[in-house]
Amino acid sequence: MIRLESVRKVFPGATAPAVTSLSLEIPEGEFVTLVGPSGCGKTTTLKMINRIIEPTSGTIEVGGQDVLSIEPHLLRRSIGYVIQQVGLLPHRTVEQNIATVPRLLGWPRDRIEARVAELVEMVGLEHEMRDRYPAELSGGQQQRVGVARALAADPPVLLMDEPFGAVDPIVREHLQMEFKDLWRRLGKTVVFVTHDIDEAVRMGTRVAILNIGGILEQYDRPEEILANPASEFVARFLGEERGLRRLGLLPVSSATLERGPVVDVSAGPSEARAVMDRHEVDWVGLLDGNRLLGWVPASEIGSTPLRDLEPREFLVRLRPDDSLRRALDAVVTSRTRVGVVVGDEGYLGMLDVETVAEEITE
Amino acid sequence: MTIDWDWIRRNLLEGSIWQATQEHLMHTVIAVGVGLIVSFALSLAVLRWPRTYAPITWVTGILYTIPSIALFTFLVPIFGLTSIFTAQVALVSYTLLILIRNIVAGIRGVPDHVVEASRGMGMTERRIFLDVQLPLALPAIIAGVRVAAVTTVGLVTLTVIVGQGGYGLFILRGIGRRFLTEALVGTLLAVLMAIVIDRGLVLLERLATPWAQRRRPA
Repeated sequence: MIRLESVRKVFPGATAPAVTSLSLEIPEGEFVTLVGPSGCGKTTTLKMINRIIEPTSGTIEVGGQDVLSIEPHLLRRSIGYVIQQVGLLPHRTVEQNIATVPRLLGWPRDRIEARVAELVEMVGLEHEMRDRYPAELSGGQQQRVGVARALAADPPVLLMDEPFGAVDPIVREHLQMEFKDLWRRLGKTVVFVTHDIDEAVRMGTRVAILNIGGILEQYDRPEEILANPASEFVARFLGEERGLRRLGLLPVSSATLERGPVVDVSAGPSEARAVMDRHEVDWVGLLDGNRLLGWVPASEIGSTPLRDLEPREFLVRLRPDDSLRRALDAVVTSRTRVGVVVGDEGYLGMLDVETVAEEITE
Repeated sequence: MTIDWDWIRRNLLEGSIWQATQEHLMHTVIAVGVGLIVSFALSLAVLRWPRTYAPITWVTGILYTIPSIALFTFLVPIFGLTSIFTAQVALVSYTLLILIRNIVAGIRGVPDHVVEASRGMGMTERRIFLDVQLPLALPAIIAGVRVAAVTTVGLVTLTVIVGQGGYGLFILRGIGRRFLTEALVGTLLAVLMAIVIDRGLVLLERLATPWAQRRRPA
């Protein structure tokens, strides 16, 4: 656990404090994102945790220990640190870079070697890259090395300062997802600074929104912040598409699904017509037990048994863990104006615009 | 204008060319070596107390601009006419400005984020200097040594006037006797030595900085 209490930082010569008086508790195993406009003191706050920047006053504890009571270089060896420009040592190979902290800690050679091999795999690098120099890697690969290096000595806490800010958007999204997965597996406490609200709500299990001068405006679960911004500042910072962003965080399984206009292929054409009438639609979905076969338009339903019809595919099938934002997109782009949800065990139900809208306003 | 090949053959066999080469090389190596040590110490001071940079470059800059013959003359009353100190104090003085500038620029040129990441991983300041900043400044430092060494090889031809040997002896004597061969041999050998030292340092740099040789084949 990381605890900040009344932490203040005034840089020499500055008129206003960078961080006025910040108190924040980060429970063990949480992924906390610090987000805010430039000048909000998010990076300063992060760097005070590993004493790259010394606080003017206040207390910072990591794992119950006051950081000011530990020699800075010893403290830092127990805290992973990743920065935007990565900061790999250009004159050291990938392998030597990853081994930096274990070497400082004096691990025996074979233990370091085994750990490096493990990490290279963990962050998704190729083994033949171990002998390369940083300049021979792409930006995304460099940041993977940066993450591996931070994890090398298995620190309980990871500090990350806009770690994916310097790579292009596609690679960034990839790295974000991979890192979130890695975090789930490793259970580290992560403090992650970003200026990108989308990244903050997507990555964090908790989001701390900071205003100029390190004023904590809101500190909560991302869904909660998007649903109930605590202040005008937070609402403005979250921006126009707050509802959509919130949908991006909620899984389809959190919505109440309806069975929708579906009939089993064993039913007769008259039953199919009855279902369409009840739902006021001109198509019907066909089920074979739990299996969703597709849909047929009303015009094709005559006297032929349903089993002999050729159903059209639903172009987008949602899974329960897809986001509601994706579901909304599926709904508005589909011919039938519904999103069908199919899980491992078969057809689960449908949702329409109304269902999604209810989740936004909830 | 003919070359006296016989003179060259005789001096090669008698060993006077070889002896001059040794003297010339010795003066160069001592001057650059001592210059490097002094520059390093002064650079450390500059890096620790940045305010010292202006006065240090000012003084070494003045030393650099004093005409060499004048400097030898000035040092004669202090160290004597034929003392090695007279030659070396002057030679070392000329290397300082170039070396200090390159050492300081090299260390300061190490990207901040590399230093910050090193610190963030728990390296001590001493270790950051020795294991990170110094190796990364090596190309700039060696570039300075190359300029200093080539300049020094040229200046050593003048130390003959304060009684030191080297190729300058051939040049001075050749001109005095209007004997072209001897002056030309001294000049060409000095040029050759400068080139060999320069190329040698380039090679050393390549060997010492393998990371800078390989770039993005991937």
